[in-house]
Order: sequence, then structure tokens, then C-alpha cells
Amino acid sequence: MSLVSIRDVRKSYGDVEVLKGVSLEVEKGDVVAIIGRSGSGKSTLLRCINGLETYQSGAILADGIEVGGEHANLRELRRHVGMVFQQFNLFPHLTAAENVMLAPTVVNKTPKKEARAIAAEVLAKVGLSEKMDAYPSQLSGGQQQRVAIARSLAMRPKVLLCDEITSALDPELVNEVLRVVEQLAKEGMTLILVTHEMRFARDVGTHLVFMHHGKVHESGAPKAVFAAPQTPELQQFVSGIG
Amino acid sequence: MTYHLEFSALLPYWQDLAWGLWFTVVLTVVSTVAGIAVGTLGASARSFGPPWLSGLVRVYVELIRNTPFIVQLFFIFFGLPALGLKLSETTAAFIAMVVNLGAYSTEIIRAGIDAVPKGHIEAGVSLAMTRLEVLRYIVLRQAFAKIYPALSSQIVIVMLGSAVVSQISAPDLTYAANFIQSRNFRAFEVYFVVALIYLVLSILLRYLLRLIGDRFVRVG
Amino acid sequence: MSDFSFWIILKNLIWATQWTVYLSLIAFVGGGIVGLILLFLRTSQVKWLEVPTKLYIEFFQGTPLLMQLFLFFFGVALFGIEVSPWMAAGLALTLWTSAFLTEIWRGCVEAIPKGQWEASGSLAMSYIEQMRYVILPQAMRIAIAPTVGFSVQVIKGTALASIIGFVELTKAGTMLNNATFRPFLVYALVALIYFCLCFPLSWFAKRLEGKLNVAR
Repeated sequence: MSLVSIRDVRKSYGDVEVLKGVSLEVEKGDVVAIIGRSGSGKSTLLRCINGLETYQSGAILADGIEVGGEHANLRELRRHVGMVFQQFNLFPHLTAAENVMLAPTVVNKTPKKEARAIAAEVLAKVGLSEKMDAYPSQLSGGQQQRVAIARSLAMRPKVLLCDEITSALDPELVNEVLRVVEQLAKEGMTLILVTHEMRFARDVGTHLVFMHHGKVHESGAPKAVFAAPQTPELQQFVSGIG
Repeated sequence: MTYHLEFSALLPYWQDLAWGLWFTVVLTVVSTVAGIAVGTLGASARSFGPPWLSGLVRVYVELIRNTPFIVQLFFIFFGLPALGLKLSETTAAFIAMVVNLGAYSTEIIRAGIDAVPKGHIEAGVSLAMTRLEVLRYIVLRQAFAKIYPALSSQIVIVMLGSAVVSQISAPDLTYAANFIQSRNFRAFEVYFVVALIYLVLSILLRYLLRLIGDRFVRVG
Repeated sequence: MSDFSFWIILKNLIWATQWTVYLSLIAFVGGGIVGLILLFLRTSQVKWLEVPTKLYIEFFQGTPLLMQLFLFFFGVALFGIEVSPWMAAGLALTLWTSAFLTEIWRGCVEAIPKGQWEASGSLAMSYIEQMRYVILPQAMRIAIAPTVGFSVQVIKGTALASIIGFVELTKAGTMLNNATFRPFLVYALVALIYFCLCFPLSWFAKRLEGKLNVAR
């Protein structure tokens, strides 16, 4: 069975339908890049996967756990599905290490010492070993986002959701974050990314999903799709970026 | 001017003043701790509780904030016994203080909660934390750091307001002042000295609260 | 005992409410005038003007209002000056109000960007002119909400005048309670009347605050 399975999901805000029957299967080790215009529903879709948004019909299963419904076991789900946000959302009252240690100690009841070791390990992975005791306000945007990635990794997620994680960064800070994500992909982490970085989507992604008007408009292997877009909307989108 | 100031007329009564001061200090400390506890629960209920509870908290806050403390005190001390709830002067004073500060700190802490970015709550939730855990480890910590100065001023205001409990004969500093001036007929001297004691008390309290703030409440 | 009907109690309380309103108005208007003068002194950058103003504010903000009332009422009388509860209450509340308003307004003045002072100063304006034409018009906008909010504190503060024998709402409540022995009803009604006076002001202050935040 797929690691994440999205079947005919529909969602509306009032009268506006933002997801009009989206289906998507993500296997272990996949790196799925979701692209599309703002308002195409790509961020909403991502936020549905870990239950930050609810949907009206269809089904999402992540790691075998049903996301929707009244009694969805979201806590269990979120232990295995990590999320990184556009605005980092680091907790300003905690140091980098404390940000990383919080969920392991509170949710998994990991002893402090062990959690500190985990923090050291994941912060090293994102190249911030020397910033463990820095507060978020003392870090650059790129460093903050890498801490946010480390914070998610500390929970040993089976899949990591990345919601436009470089969009709030100054251009010169984008690459340091992308390099971390690329490294994760190489190590076999399952990733679902909403992104505007087309080159990254093409070079690192194993699947490309182009969303348009709340639907998966076109999808396939990134290099093939970019080389020969089938629909006029994607042609226009790709050339518009170019 | 025919009147001569005689501050020495207070000396024989220093023990009364000391006991009154002690009462005021204890009253302030206890109601601060309990009041903030009430405020934390109130603000949490107001922001994250079910609508009926949130509404109830709102009514409590508005009722207390829009009526004088002395009327609240009289209602508790004189009014409640009519319902069969008889309270001693001291108990009534403590309850009134906690109820009063509880309402103000509910409002203050709630403002702090509102100021916490929604993204931080989402980040916490995405890390598999429950709403209660998010509230405790992420929201309240940040909220307190933000509103600590406002809360500190309110604590000083409540300490000064506690002078009113003398009116139901709770043995605080003002009660001692009233007692002394009824004995030595040196009203001005007594009230002047006691006013100065309050002044020192509020300066010390502010200083202490700042120390506590520097030590325990910080944001990166 | 029960010939004091609910309506008689209510009628008497409402009659007494007018004195609460008068006293509040006096304290608020008087406090506003004194506060404005103090504001000029406090922000004048002239040391010998600022220091006494600071002490004044420290005293009225750092001691209980009740003490201030006692000092005026019992204290001043001993110097051979006849003081009525009216005068003592009006005076004490006015000075107390002025101290708080000065501090509130000082915060608003300080919120105005330094560039405004520099720009107006480089146009050869005097301190008074800078305040009058440049700083206060801007500070006033942000001062309205907290000033209206503080008026609620003034109304509640007048309740303490009852302690020195000024007959307003709270004192009337005490007297009616002594006559009727219905404390629950009397004090509930007293609280309700205060609420009716204060809540609209609180609500209005909050609305103004919200509006201003949107405007910015």
C-alpha cells in the first residue's frame, strides 16, 4: 500500500471549492513536487494531509491512518508525518536545540538527555551544530528554516511535508535550505513539497504534480513533464516562469 | 499655622503597623499567585474552550472590570451571607482580591494568547502535540513573555487597591492606620507615614517583579 | 423592614448615581487639565521641571487612592482648613486622575517618531509650538482609546469617596443596606448600576482601539 494515499478529495471554503476531487499516491522514497499558481489548491492539499485542514469528501490515508473524520487519530498520524512551514514558525522562547527537543520530550516522553542527543544529531544533519543554543532571533532566515527541518526530523517522520519552505527567504539563502532537502531525498526520505523552485523540482523530484483550479492537471516524471508539457496551462505556467 | 506635626506620636504603635504591613504583603502575594492561576485558566478557557464556557468567562471578566472593587468586596462580605455563605473578614478579603485580579489577568493573558502567531500553534500541532500541550509549552510561555509588563502593573494596582479591605475590618495596613489615628488623633501624620509605606511597598514590588521577569520570563 | 420595596431601593440608588456621575466628571475634566499641564512639564526635557513632575506622578500612582482621600480629608482639616467630603474627594480624585492621564499621554507622545520632532524643530518651532501643532495632533489620535478606557477607572475610583462620607452610589448602597437589611439585593443593584455606567465606556474604548489597529 502507498505511504500516502489521496482519493478524490474535495474541499470548499463556503461557496468556493478549492479542491475538486484530487487523487494522488505517494510511495515510500518518493519525492513529490507540487507546483501551480497561487490559489490552485496546492498548499491546501498539503495541509489536508496532516489534518491542519479538513475536507468534505474523499479520503486521505497517511501511513495507514485515516486523516479525515471526527475521530481521526491525528496525534498518531502527526508523529509520523512532519511538516515544515513557509514562515518557519520556530518557537521564539526556545533555543534551536530546545525547539528540536520539545516534541520528542513532550509527545514521545523521550528523556531530556536522549532528546538532546537527537537534537545534536539532526542539527548536525542540517549543518547547524554550532547553533544549538542560539535563539531563533539570533539566526538568519535560512538557518531558522534549517532548524525547523531539524525539528521535524527529530520525530523520525516517515514522510515530510514542505510548504513553500524557501518562499519567505532572501534569494541568497534559498540554496542552503534546498541543499538540506536534497540530501534528505538522497537518503531516501519521502518528501511532498509545494514549491516554486522549478529547477529543484526537476532535478530532485521523482514525481511532478501540476495543480490547476483545484485539480491535478498534469503529472508524471519531472524531466519528461518539463521537457514536453501536454496541456496549454502547464506550457503557459512553465514558460511564464522561464 | 497653628498645627504642629508630631510624627513621634506614631512610635508607640509600630507593632500595629508591622502587623498591618504583614497582612497586606501576605494578601498581595497570595492573591497574585492565585489570581494569575485563575487568569491562566480563564484565558485558556476564553480562547480555546467551548462557546458556553468562553461566554461565561467573558461575563465574569466584564462584570469585575466594570464595577468598583469596594462594591465587589461588600457584595462578597455583606451580600453572600444572605445566601447562607458566611465568610470571615479575612476570607472575604482574600476571595475578593483573587476574584478581582483573576478577571484582570484573564483579560491580559488572553491578549497575550491572541498575539501568538497562528503558525506557531500549527507547528506545535504538526509535531503531534495535543492542544493542551501546545497551550502549555508554546502558547502560554510566549503569551506570558509578551504581557508580563502589563501583568506586573496590574499586580501593583491590585496591591494598592487592597487598602479597601480595611472597610470590612480585615486587619491590613490601612486598617492599622485607621486604628492608630483613632487613638492618637494624629490623622495627617499617620496617613502620611502609611502612604509612604505603601509607596515603598509598590516600588519594591515593581523591582521584585522585574527581577522575577528577568530571571524567568524571556523570549529569545 | 420590607416597606422598603425593591423600587424604593432602586429609585434611591439611581438618585445617588447622579453624584457619582458629577464627581467622575469633575475628576476627569479636572484631571485632564492638570494632566495636560503635567504632560508639558514631564516631556519638556528641562530637568528641574521633570523631576518634581516625576515625583508627583510616583506619589499618586504609588500610593492607594484611599490614602490620598484620607490625607486630603483628615489631614488638611488639621491645618485649620475646613474640608468638605465634596472638596476632599474632588481634589484627591482630580490629582490622582491627572497622574495616570499624564503617564498614558506621555506614552502616546513618545510613540510619535523622533523624526517628527527633528523635522518640526528644524523648522524653527519652539517646544510649545512643536507640541501644539505637530506632536499632540498625532498623539491625540492614539490617546483617545486608552483615555476613554481610563475614564472607567475614574468612575470606579469615585466609589472610594463613600469612605470619607461623600454620598454617592456606594455610600447610598451602604445606607440603604443599613435601613433594609437586604445586602444581597442592594449591592447587586449597586454593582449593576456601576456596570451600566462603565461597560459602554469599556466597550467604546475597545472598539476605538480595534479601529486604530486596522487603520495602521
